[in-house]
Amino acid sequence: MDDQVKYYLEIADNAFILSHRLSENSSKGPFLEEDLACTNVALDLIGLAESIYNEAARIENKGKSGDDLAYRRAENEYYNALLLEQPNKDFAFIMVRQFFADTFNYYLLTEFASSTDTFLQEVATKSLKEVTYHIRRSSEWMLRFGNGTETSKKKAQNAIDSLWRYTDELFEPSEADLNLRDRNISIDLEVVKSNWNQKVNEILYLSHLSKPENQFQLKGGKTGVHSEHMGFLLAEMQFLTNKYPEAKW
Amino acid sequence: MEANENQGPLWEVFIQNKPGQPFKHAGSIHAYDKEMAIENARDVYTRRNEGIALWVVPSNAIVAVSASESSSFFEPADDKVYRHPTFYDLPDGVKQM
Repeated sequence: MDDQVKYYLEIADNAFILSHRLSENSSKGPFLEEDLACTNVALDLIGLAESIYNEAARIENKGKSGDDLAYRRAENEYYNALLLEQPNKDFAFIMVRQFFADTFNYYLLTEFASSTDTFLQEVATKSLKEVTYHIRRSSEWMLRFGNGTETSKKKAQNAIDSLWRYTDELFEPSEADLNLRDRNISIDLEVVKSNWNQKVNEILYLSHLSKPENQFQLKGGKTGVHSEHMGFLLAEMQFLTNKYPEAKW
Repeated sequence: MEANENQGPLWEVFIQNKPGQPFKHAGSIHAYDKEMAIENARDVYTRRNEGIALWVVPSNAIVAVSASESSSFFEPADDKVYRHPTFYDLPDGVKQM
């Protein structure tokens, strides 16, 4: 597969799979306002994914549409990081996952300002406005959890402990990513990592929450090797395209 | 996730849709604190380009005329048409009167 297409898919899949997880929570939010807020974030992420899928389909030039890329691939052809596919356990879990992802997106998109790829530059400029709002919301939830009640703090800490093992993978460059470095299309994930760590440390400190002592890490998503949850996610997400391949709306 | 009865206090939302225009009451939302209130207001009421500026006010900070007092407050104005500026010709330059 073309490096640029692969690289685009990694970015788009991260946004798309997370947006699907958030959409699963639609109508199940803790209260109406939060429900709408989560759905808004899901829609922002779909918008980001859609524009990248369309461009990837155009570059690939194999007669596929952006929708085909979004909905008609097998599990091992999705390249999102494992963090984004982890299922919604409770609200703290959803928000901690979101905080990790928003912080990553924020610094990733910021770096794209210096990419030589004008498409990525434009997409990043547009999305950065949205993501700046996302990171504000999820950071504040971390503070609220950590400085809230004993239960909220415990739930947030549990979520951090179980999601931490998926964070390193975000910063591990894929082969395609490395191949695009010479031309300055892809950006340096080490920079993103250092900014991410700084922000996460700061918010955890202010929230009186902590990183787990166990530093064990899992990875695989970027090479198409997913956790056991991915199959179920895709079964639901691809249901409509599978059952009605010609469906249009 | 269980529906939670405790959604936090109520806040009133005011939106300005153009610079210089008055803020208009849009509705109300629940939130636990100021930051959350302004964000919830944004997410619930400004998703379709409704405005460019936003206020939220704790509902209990608003002083209102109760329904039973309404007649003594407002009805005396009913028969005083001379208080309307309808007897004047407005200059062309005046807008939003």
